[in-house]
Amino acid sequence: MDLKTKLNELAESSVNAIENSETLKEVEALRVQLLGKKGELTDLLKMMKDLDKSERPVIGKLANEIRDNLTTRIADKKEELEQEALNQQLIEETIDVTLPGRTYKKGQTHVIHQVMEEMEDLFLGMGYNIVGGTEIVSDYLNFERVNVPQDHPARDMQDSFYINDHFLLRTQTSAVQPLVIEAHDFSKGPLKVISPGKVYRRDSDDATHSHQFHQIEGIVVDENITMADLMGTLELMSKKIFGTDRKVRFRPSYFPFTEPSVEVDVSCFNCDGAGCNICKQSGWIEILGAGMIHPNVLDMSNVDSIKYSGFAFGVGPDRMAMLKYGVDDIRHFYLNDQRFLSQFSVKGDE
Amino acid sequence: MLVSYNWLKEYLDLSDTTPEALAEEFTLGGLEVETIQYLGKEIDHLVVGEVLTCEPLEDSDHLHKTSVDVGTETLPIVCGAPNIAAGQKVIVAKVGAVLPGDFKIKKAKLMGEASEGMIVSLDELGFPDSIIPKHAEDGIYILADDAQVGEAAHSYIGLDDAIIEFDLTPNRADALSMRGVAYEAATLLDQAPAFDEIKVAEDAEGSVEDYVSIEVEDAEDTPVYKMRLVKDVTIGDSPMWMQHKLMHAGIRPIDLVVDITNYVMLEFGQPLHAFDYEKLASDKIYVRRASEGELFTTLDDVERKLNPDNLVITNGEKPVALAGVMGGANSQITDDTKTIAIEAAVFNPVLIRRTASRLNLRSEASSRYEKGINIATVQDAVDLAAHLMSELGGGTVVSGTAESLNVGILETTVSTTTEKVNRLIGTSLTDEEIVSILDRLGFGNEVQNGKIEATIPPRRWDITLQEDLIEEIARIYGYNNIPVTLPVTESTPGELTPKQKMTRKIRKLLEGNGLQEAVSYSLTTPEKAGKYAIVKGELTPLKNPMSEERVTLTQNLVSGLVDDATYNQAHQVSEIGLYEMGHVFYKESDEQFNEYNHVAGLITGNSSKNWLGEEEPIDFYTIKGVVETILSAYSFTEKMTYQLATTRDGMHPGRTADVYIGNEIIGFVGQLHPTEAKNSDLADTFVFELSLDKMMDAPKTTVEYTALNRYPGSSRDIALLVDETVTHQELEQVISENGGRHLQDTHLFDLYAGENIEDGKKSVAYSLYYANPNATLKEEEVNEAFENVKQALVEAFNVEIR
Repeated sequence: MDLKTKLNELAESSVNAIENSETLKEVEALRVQLLGKKGELTDLLKMMKDLDKSERPVIGKLANEIRDNLTTRIADKKEELEQEALNQQLIEETIDVTLPGRTYKKGQTHVIHQVMEEMEDLFLGMGYNIVGGTEIVSDYLNFERVNVPQDHPARDMQDSFYINDHFLLRTQTSAVQPLVIEAHDFSKGPLKVISPGKVYRRDSDDATHSHQFHQIEGIVVDENITMADLMGTLELMSKKIFGTDRKVRFRPSYFPFTEPSVEVDVSCFNCDGAGCNICKQSGWIEILGAGMIHPNVLDMSNVDSIKYSGFAFGVGPDRMAMLKYGVDDIRHFYLNDQRFLSQFSVKGDE
Repeated sequence: MLVSYNWLKEYLDLSDTTPEALAEEFTLGGLEVETIQYLGKEIDHLVVGEVLTCEPLEDSDHLHKTSVDVGTETLPIVCGAPNIAAGQKVIVAKVGAVLPGDFKIKKAKLMGEASEGMIVSLDELGFPDSIIPKHAEDGIYILADDAQVGEAAHSYIGLDDAIIEFDLTPNRADALSMRGVAYEAATLLDQAPAFDEIKVAEDAEGSVEDYVSIEVEDAEDTPVYKMRLVKDVTIGDSPMWMQHKLMHAGIRPIDLVVDITNYVMLEFGQPLHAFDYEKLASDKIYVRRASEGELFTTLDDVERKLNPDNLVITNGEKPVALAGVMGGANSQITDDTKTIAIEAAVFNPVLIRRTASRLNLRSEASSRYEKGINIATVQDAVDLAAHLMSELGGGTVVSGTAESLNVGILETTVSTTTEKVNRLIGTSLTDEEIVSILDRLGFGNEVQNGKIEATIPPRRWDITLQEDLIEEIARIYGYNNIPVTLPVTESTPGELTPKQKMTRKIRKLLEGNGLQEAVSYSLTTPEKAGKYAIVKGELTPLKNPMSEERVTLTQNLVSGLVDDATYNQAHQVSEIGLYEMGHVFYKESDEQFNEYNHVAGLITGNSSKNWLGEEEPIDFYTIKGVVETILSAYSFTEKMTYQLATTRDGMHPGRTADVYIGNEIIGFVGQLHPTEAKNSDLADTFVFELSLDKMMDAPKTTVEYTALNRYPGSSRDIALLVDETVTHQELEQVISENGGRHLQDTHLFDLYAGENIEDGKKSVAYSLYYANPNATLKEEEVNEAFENVKQALVEAFNVEIR
């Protein structure tokens, strides 16, 4: 058999072998067997030197063609097998995508603080600052400086926890009013602050009363602040908390530290004003009290009540949260049952 | 205040309105209406009947068999009331009536006797016990003889009325009277109220001066004191119309004299007191302060110890009444009383308030005295009472009124300007509009060129300042007609303070660590208040606590969270993770109390495995990781350290660390003492508490950008065998102090003790990372630095390098 025949035979048998191989390992073994340094093709080519000079180019060309062909086929086969293997792997790796994901526990802000933060952000956006205050205050600040002297009948409205004859747990965030107003430098612009915090009343805890609850006090003092400004502010706030489709109405009321005083109702979101148990059939729900700061309060804080006027409002975040989410018992806020707390971890339709 | 709509009709034309519409006007005008009640509105089949026959039923100790004429027919009715008798006019609930409590009247047989209907008591008609007249307490209600048999019974017992219940603010005490409410309604409806003139027929003979003279110790304490005498009054029951009015106001009818004083109080808001004149045993009334420790027996037969805050009415020698609060047993009206002395006065509200609240004797009368009295109608009130006693009780009114009058001009003038009104309210009212509002209010006024002078009648004693007057104008103009605007001021930046930002950031970090925010009570027991305090100090107890559970302000937030955890545990919440931010309280002195902001957290319970078999551990290192997360958010200048705290109250002595920034303790983290956990029904519980104030105040470095290292670094691992007592913190400190300038990071990656490790020893392994920002580190440099660390560790702790 001449070399040419041998080459052609090798080519033919190799092509078949490549085509028939089933694993990458087999293909690799074939590559070594055929094209490696000691491979069959290499062996045949070594015989070239025994050929006639005239034959060498022809056989050489044939040999190169065969080598290129086999190299390509081996590469193609490899790719084909690799693709098959990959496909196989992907099939094997298929999982139940409906199984639950790996979640990490997440906590959330207490619902009352969520309401408070919402209010804070609203007022920060309107150029208010936030001030704190102590929860133990003097009788003088909590009452006298907000125009509730000793023996004033308004002291009936709130029974207080006293520490001694002169100090008590603040019954209202209005206790911050005198200090805040007094400390403000009006040459640097108007006073616009809110003050959120805990307050305490000597009430027995039941579904609608808690000896500890929260308030947010708002105070604005400048020249030319009007009741219309107060009402605009309160309407904005009420709609922010309870929704823009709520109607808001104002009623004259009484607080010793404001004159005129106002109470704000929003149309009942349960019955939309038709009358139900939540709104006690009135169609309205009382949400906050406010008024124009009493001149006595301004004067006692060394602010000229003729030149300056201002408004103050007090909101109860507990009540807001109860109304907004339909919570029927205020004690839930302070028992901290995680089944309760976690219900407010999602943002609803707002 | 309960207001009868029918009574109001006597003063006003209410033909164009309804109780509901009027209530709405009141509410929007500032007198908030709580409810409108229709007594017995739903009760049907209720008629006037006449008892024709009445015989005791055999075999029964209390039942009677009656026949009752109800107009259309005569019904057999078995009645159990003790006061039933033939000839009485009674209220009959016929078959088909439904009484309160869903009590349906049906045909029945009682002890074999047919009974077709029921003769009813007020109680059965739903009247509260507190207002049922004494004479109708036990048994059926007997109507007056002129009641028409067969007619609907409602109007005979006042069941055709609407009762408006007000929730009055303290400034509107003027509306604690029917006349006051009528004035308000008149203003709202733009009407003038009509009141009957009060005429007293006085006895031609004698004069009140012959009987009594009045003197007061202090005109400030007793600005007005008036007294009229009525002789020979027959004290029986008051007429039905009066009883109904009282009952509708929530007051129980007692007898003619008491009822008249209450009735006049309702009409005028003027409390009255009636004395038995003969028992005064003197022709002199002297009003003075009680002396310290003075004893006086009030008409409830309780001996009271008085003090100079109490005002007493005396007969010149001894007290006969506690002014404005309660009469005395020694001058009480009885069935034998012949001459009645009626007192109408105005006392210093503060004294009445102190007396009533100290002796716990709040009443309809004292609460009116506390809130103010219309000085203009004291005489009208005493006149009306005298008139009614003579007309209804057959008495003779002694001519004249004995009095001590110490008030000057009754009317107040309040000035303001149209400009001020508009500037405060934000409106653009004209002079004319303001005049029309003042007219409606019934305030005299002079308004010229924007200058307003209003004359306030004494019935509105709450109005003294221009702001009070402006509120009146605003409320009658209508709050809801005021435009809504926002303040136009110089614009100010609204921003959170650094502390507020820190608080919000820590909140988010804690929530990211899976903790839910709690808000617990600040008031607790002394034991809980002090137990987990970072630093113990004097507690702040309440002077007037309400319950043993809430007597003092807390010094820590952990104990609140422990309570919360116990509650959750008891309600089958298995994985508990809570945090709280709030104040803690320290008493420095009686005038100095310090409050600090703290944050605390708690984890406990059974961690649940997910379906992958993984679980989040609940142990010391979990809670410490939470603390580290918070603290790593701040670049404190000084080093943070954790030191084993073996004596912290309530905490596990081997698993609690105090947390320091530099030398300042800022809090602690650790495991609750197993005994505490057990007492609170909790599994292993891990807590921390930190002072936010101290974190805030601790110095911090500013954030500066460092260029990213372009040169490769190099790591070396080291494994050590070391005494168990040597802490990680100590090892790390030696490593860092001896690591050389290129040591960038030290990382603990293994800790092992137990099998194959000698007792009392542990194996720890650290990975040290070296890098030089300016050049590629040479192998020799790293090796040298690493050798130094090894040597230092050997020297410091006698470690064995493995």
